Amino acid sequence: MIEETRIITKRLHDRADDSWTIDGATASGAYDVLRSVLEKGDRADVQEQVKLSGLRGRGGAGFPTAQKWSFLPPDLWPRYLVVNADEGEPSTFKDRMLIERDPHQLVEGIAISAFALQCNLAFVYLRGEFALGYERLTQAIADAKAKGFLGSNIQGSGFDLEIVVHRGAGAYICGEETALLNSLEGERGMPRIRPPFPAIAGLYAKPTVVNNVETLSTVPHIITMGGAEYAKLGVNRSTGTRLFSVSGHVNKPGNYEVELGVSFRELIFDIAGGIPGDRKVKFFIPGGASSQWLTGSDEHLDAPLDMDFVQQTYSVMLGSGAVMVFDETVDPLLVAWRLAKFFAHESCGKCTPCREGTGWVEKVLYRMSHGLGRPEDLDLLFDIGGNISPGVVNAPFTQTTICPLGPSVVSGVASLHKYFRAEIEARYPAGANA
Amino acid sequence: MTFFSEANRVRARDIVARYPFAKSAILPLAHLAQDQDGWLSPAAMDEIAELTGVTAAEVQGTCSFYTMFKRRPCGKLIVSVCTNVTCLVTGGPEILEHLEHEYGTDPEVTVEEVECLAACGGAPALQVNYEFHEKVTAESAQRLVEEYRAGTRTPRTISGATVS
Repeated sequence: MIEETRIITKRLHDRADDSWTIDGATASGAYDVLRSVLEKGDRADVQEQVKLSGLRGRGGAGFPTAQKWSFLPPDLWPRYLVVNADEGEPSTFKDRMLIERDPHQLVEGIAISAFALQCNLAFVYLRGEFALGYERLTQAIADAKAKGFLGSNIQGSGFDLEIVVHRGAGAYICGEETALLNSLEGERGMPRIRPPFPAIAGLYAKPTVVNNVETLSTVPHIITMGGAEYAKLGVNRSTGTRLFSVSGHVNKPGNYEVELGVSFRELIFDIAGGIPGDRKVKFFIPGGASSQWLTGSDEHLDAPLDMDFVQQTYSVMLGSGAVMVFDETVDPLLVAWRLAKFFAHESCGKCTPCREGTGWVEKVLYRMSHGLGRPEDLDLLFDIGGNISPGVVNAPFTQTTICPLGPSVVSGVASLHKYFRAEIEARYPAGANA
Repeated sequence: MTFFSEANRVRARDIVARYPFAKSAILPLAHLAQDQDGWLSPAAMDEIAELTGVTAAEVQGTCSFYTMFKRRPCGKLIVSVCTNVTCLVTGGPEILEHLEHEYGTDPEVTVEEVECLAACGGAPALQVNYEFHEKVTAESAQRLVEEYRAGTRTPRTISGATVS
């Protein structure tokens, strides 16, 4: 039996009654790492430890954090650190937990990272619907400031930092980093064409690092353990632990922190308690709604949680760490349709292939999932999908759009084609609904 | 400048001062305006434009992008029911249908279908004025709404702030 490896979720489990308060957090070591980092005053060492740790972004793309940091030009000021807390990928609910139940860990991670990157102003772009998270985080920032862990001349180090929490207002696309920056500037949340990348010209056209909540919450622990020690956890280039949000048809849905490299089977059965009624897994979506799917086959269930392995072998991604499990009673067409409806609703409308294509995919999947499909529909979907993401079954996506939202709707199409074509063709034989 | 109350105007100026550029304050000011009036009126957007030094059209352009901004009067309670995939397979659509049936013509309660709320561990989930409620049923959801209406539960404001 595999168990959780609790690093970033240790405090919120150990001090379940007061982990989000300043007293509860400091009693379990919050801000000790910040204090020692500031005492030491070695910015390069913080960056080096993060590099050695192999930490990769926990928001979805899995880009190496230290590398992202290294793109900042050495001579352009000011620089901004922006925290992406706009968690909206369907079935992902880990950042909300980290914000509501351990906001001080995040604040400490922001402060250490901002110190290393020489940022004096950081923004947390928080999903608008997280009302409790907003209260807890703003309270945490006020309390940390009162204790001298934020503000000017922090702990006598000469380092100043203010953190502004900026609430979104209901738009999934704002989790895409350039759309997030536009939204933070008071604009509609539409992605920007890159280059320039945010590291060169981001918020207010200044050098900007955008990191996910879980990524920054991990930083204090990397400093404590040492980057090399942290890198011993995990597997290959997927180092450390990650939070996985397991939901759907499992007995114990929830957020679980596991060492990367355990298998989907261990995560779903050992940790999340298996499938209710001992039914079988029909399929599961391993990394949020944007990922292609996997099935309940032994091969797929035994695949390791290794970002590169699953991408290279099965064209899926661990993405945001959401694992949605569907048992044999579920119609894959219905799930594909509902996800397409999501992407059609959340398309910002900037790029034609996505604005039009997501709507068409949704319409075709609607009729297929509601008994009105036609034999040619799957191929029609493939054709529409090819206009948004040429090749359709590729991962990482090829795209005709500025951001990956459009291609994400194609993941469902590709998965239906790969795993359920025979089942769908049997439902809609030639002549059906013609 | 007549829209914001005196206390809220002080808050609004504080909000604008947080940002290097005033236009960034549009979203937080729109939340503040909704919390005051229960919706985001043209008069509110006009004043936000003045406070941030942009045109009213720019404020409307921005605000019309975001689903949390209610640019028409709505109920005092916004019940947001998730029907995205985890809730889809655990009963979300049935809850939505029931509440729409019960409150479809009720001016005090606005029922809306929403995308994933990040509460899938407790699916099916909904929010009432952005307060989370998990593992709900059609019956328990209706009971919740009634408790908020009767005052046995205190709802947050229309943008989710705690009523002090």
